Amino acid sequence: MSFLGKYISNVFGAIRSLWKGMKLTGYYFTHHKEIITQQYPDNKDTLLLPERFRGEVVMPHDENNEHACTGCTACELACPNGTIKIITKFDIAPDGRKKKAIDTFVYHLELCTMCNLCIEACPTDAIKMAQTFEHSVFDRNELTKKLNKPGSRIREGIE
Amino acid sequence: MYRKTEIIKEPTVNDSGDMIINIGPQHPATHGVLHLVITLNGETIKKVEPHLGYIHRSIEKMCESLSYRQFIYVTSRMDYLSSHINNHGCALCVEKGMQIEVPARAQVIRVLMDELTRIASHTLWWGAMAMDVGALTPFFLAFREREMINDIMEETCGARLTMNYMVPGGIMVDLHPTFQRKVKEFIVHFKSKIDEYDDLVTDNIIFKNRTVNVGVISKEDAISYGLTGPPARASGVSCDIRKIYPYEVYRTLQFEEIIETAGDSFARYLVRMKEMRQSLSIIEQLIDNIPEGDFQAKTKAVLKLPKGEFYSRVETARGEFGVYIVSEGGTTPYRIKFRSPGFSTLSALDHMARGSKIGDLVAIMGTLDFVIPDIDR
Repeated sequence: MSFLGKYISNVFGAIRSLWKGMKLTGYYFTHHKEIITQQYPDNKDTLLLPERFRGEVVMPHDENNEHACTGCTACELACPNGTIKIITKFDIAPDGRKKKAIDTFVYHLELCTMCNLCIEACPTDAIKMAQTFEHSVFDRNELTKKLNKPGSRIREGIE
Repeated sequence: MYRKTEIIKEPTVNDSGDMIINIGPQHPATHGVLHLVITLNGETIKKVEPHLGYIHRSIEKMCESLSYRQFIYVTSRMDYLSSHINNHGCALCVEKGMQIEVPARAQVIRVLMDELTRIASHTLWWGAMAMDVGALTPFFLAFREREMINDIMEETCGARLTMNYMVPGGIMVDLHPTFQRKVKEFIVHFKSKIDEYDDLVTDNIIFKNRTVNVGVISKEDAISYGLTGPPARASGVSCDIRKIYPYEVYRTLQFEEIIETAGDSFARYLVRMKEMRQSLSIIEQLIDNIPEGDFQAKTKAVLKLPKGEFYSRVETARGEFGVYIVSEGGTTPYRIKFRSPGFSTLSALDHMARGSKIGDLVAIMGTLDFVIPDIDR
């Protein structure tokens, strides 16, 4: 008799468990506001990424086409993957002194893992992470970027 | 001993009538590129032989050429679902060698991040586990909660999965101003949703039939196979590193070590479900008590570990993660070894699956929670 009772209670317990699960599924079926799916390419204009998001390394330039990079290669040494290569040159200052400056800031996006170590290492905050995330291109060469703009100079007062 | 490891191209039948088939390397139930060669007698599993190496990146060797600041980011790529905790273990090991005192604020934030990662990892596991045994809806529900944690991580750390937030001496950047508010919102949200999880899957009769008394491993076998984390605790082994070798602020926290004794798939499921609630209570204890102060200790620009051997361990979502550094006194490690929890868990798969049906193999693998890059490294 106890076996039969156990069997019947098992059957009803099973039905109750299935009902509990189906009730939840039905709740979500009828409550569309609980759905949090975002239709990605359609919401591109309203999609805001947090300010700290690491997309790619960029070098901000101000309105006078000036940047803050001194060419100290701290970021190059901090990078674990050899993503950054800095080519330096010597500028002749107005008073005739030679001054070290960057010629080209080469950034290999295809090698970058967005670990943020170069940004941490930079003593003058010359580079930062941008909030871009769509990095696909048709040609691999486009991923090797030159971060300093043509004709840019180092900002006054940064050593 | 040389072992023949060629991929079997088509089902073969050996002399005793057993069929040998491949599961993987590309198979949805293996959660990655794991290749299992299974010997079957009818539907009964006689032997499971895992073949590894499909996602081997030689991370240990790579780390030997990276400095002590640089090597931490690579470890996020091992167990990518608990990358914070991997980074934490590495940072702890370097701090042990350098004898750096981590500020109290950094310690609390580290633990907070660890526990959030643990919840994120367990929710993903819950969805994937339910999907393995045939329920599709839980997967989407689990991702809803995981998305909230990912948003919190994205805002504070800058990345969603491979954060590289722990640095030797503390954390990389201070908390985002909205961190506390968002975590509190998450706690309120998750407390109601974890009960839904129980309604949907834990009490379900079909799920119970698939998991109870499936893949049983005894306490003795769990110890001898070197299981750690939830699979070992489901067999009654007390092995929570947070309790037995407490690091950071775990010594001062009130939480329980979840131990079940059945040792089957359902016990492993229950351990993880209860761990989520424990992690939630840890976060609740800490979120209002983040001390003020520095978030990073003052360290030298170039870290040099003294000559010697250093070992530290942390509890990831999958078990014990150990970092062993041999230093010759230079700026890079001479040898580095990671003890990953997944590898020893995989070694016990053959023992658990023997004698059960092929459909049960998926349920067993689901509760063991494999992350293949963690196994292969």
